[in-house]
Amino acid sequence: MLELSPDEWVAVHLSLKIALVATAVALPFGIALAWLLARKHFWGKALLDGLVHMPLVLPPVVTGYLLLISFGRRGPIGAFLADHFGIVFSFRWTGAALSCGVMGFPLLVRPIRLAIEAIDRKLEDAAATLGADRVWVFLTITLPLAMPGVIAGMVLCFAKALGEFGATITFVSNIPGETQTISAAIYTFTQIPGGDAAASRLVLVAIAISLAALIVAEWLARRAGTRFHGE
Amino acid sequence: MSMLTLDVEKRLGDFAVAARFETAGGVTALFGTSGAGKTTLVNMIAGLIAPDRGRIRLDETVLFDSAARIDVPAHRRRIGYVFQEGRLFPHLSVAANLDYGRRMCGLARDGAETARIVKLLDIGNLLDRRPGKLSGGERQRVAFGRALLMRPRLLLLDEPLASLDAPRKREILPYLEKLRGEVPMVYVNHHAPELKRIATSVVLFDAGRVAATGGIEVLDAATAELMG
Repeated sequence: MLELSPDEWVAVHLSLKIALVATAVALPFGIALAWLLARKHFWGKALLDGLVHMPLVLPPVVTGYLLLISFGRRGPIGAFLADHFGIVFSFRWTGAALSCGVMGFPLLVRPIRLAIEAIDRKLEDAAATLGADRVWVFLTITLPLAMPGVIAGMVLCFAKALGEFGATITFVSNIPGETQTISAAIYTFTQIPGGDAAASRLVLVAIAISLAALIVAEWLARRAGTRFHGE
Repeated sequence: MSMLTLDVEKRLGDFAVAARFETAGGVTALFGTSGAGKTTLVNMIAGLIAPDRGRIRLDETVLFDSAARIDVPAHRRRIGYVFQEGRLFPHLSVAANLDYGRRMCGLARDGAETARIVKLLDIGNLLDRRPGKLSGGERQRVAFGRALLMRPRLLLLDEPLASLDAPRKREILPYLEKLRGEVPMVYVNHHAPELKRIATSVVLFDAGRVAATGGIEVLDAATAELMG
């Protein structure tokens, strides 16, 4: 009963791949944006802040549809990327990773931003007097001190990406082996007669993965914490 | 003999700092009541804030010149700074804190020099610890070491003992006396007896302006005035 079929394994594997890629690719953008929002004052900052949070408040179907008309094969960005870089999103797992990354982005940025805002800027001044330029100050002081926030943001983004359903299915559909994640597979199994057993198995897998992610995050945060307060 | 030449103006809201003086090596005490603008002045020397107008020169190097539009950034001034509250990096061990300036300035590793400073400040038993586990006095000794190990051309001390109680101050003062020969210093303080033990020359600062300069006898006159 608990044995997963090959098709189910494919969905599990695909979900993990999509969530990991989405989180990893979103991370540098998330850190850069968090730093910008935490430290800089510029024209249109409120607008940018609002845009980042849009996927959190919009119906996921709307986000998926917007991705479809902009990153789809005939969308302006999608066509440009396909023609010049050979990157295609529509009906591919890469498209699923894109929608998951977009949906997880606000959850990634927020904890990192709060962590950067909490850093004592006098420490950064001290680093400057010791010969560190801006880039080194960021790499050796700001980023390590913000690490608990970075970890929290990554876990939230990964969890969101793992469970994402509405935007992904709207943007890249529900193709087994290409864009059918655990969530989409569970949905499919509940729609066919006799699919309950398979759906239950995938539900258990989803619970196990989420729990494992939380435990790893807790462990990482604890480690980052002890580094500040001595062992 | 290292020489700091300074002639700056800076307005911060209602408060204005306008100072002009020279130092000739040794330990220059910047003495005055709190709120007289001493920290603002030291931050301008370090390059953490820019004066509105004026010039700052260290030996032959122009650090700031508003007319010539020169403003050497803090990280290229090679001026050590010991802050009132230490400002050790909480995520790094004491050893990594001590090594930070050397790494950032791109200096070669010098084990003998590090060992000498560590011995001078008596911090050998703290190297593996995190700053969060240090006492106030230990923290300031590490902060002295960190600033010295970047081989600064000038060392700025902004009331480094102010956060310590009297016994801790007595613990640190002998180390400060030992550091006197290491590097020229500008020492901000408003406690005359401490300064008398350490300073070689005095700049008396009052309400954002230089009120007097000279040897440590300036301190006696100033304290007499404060008392009287």
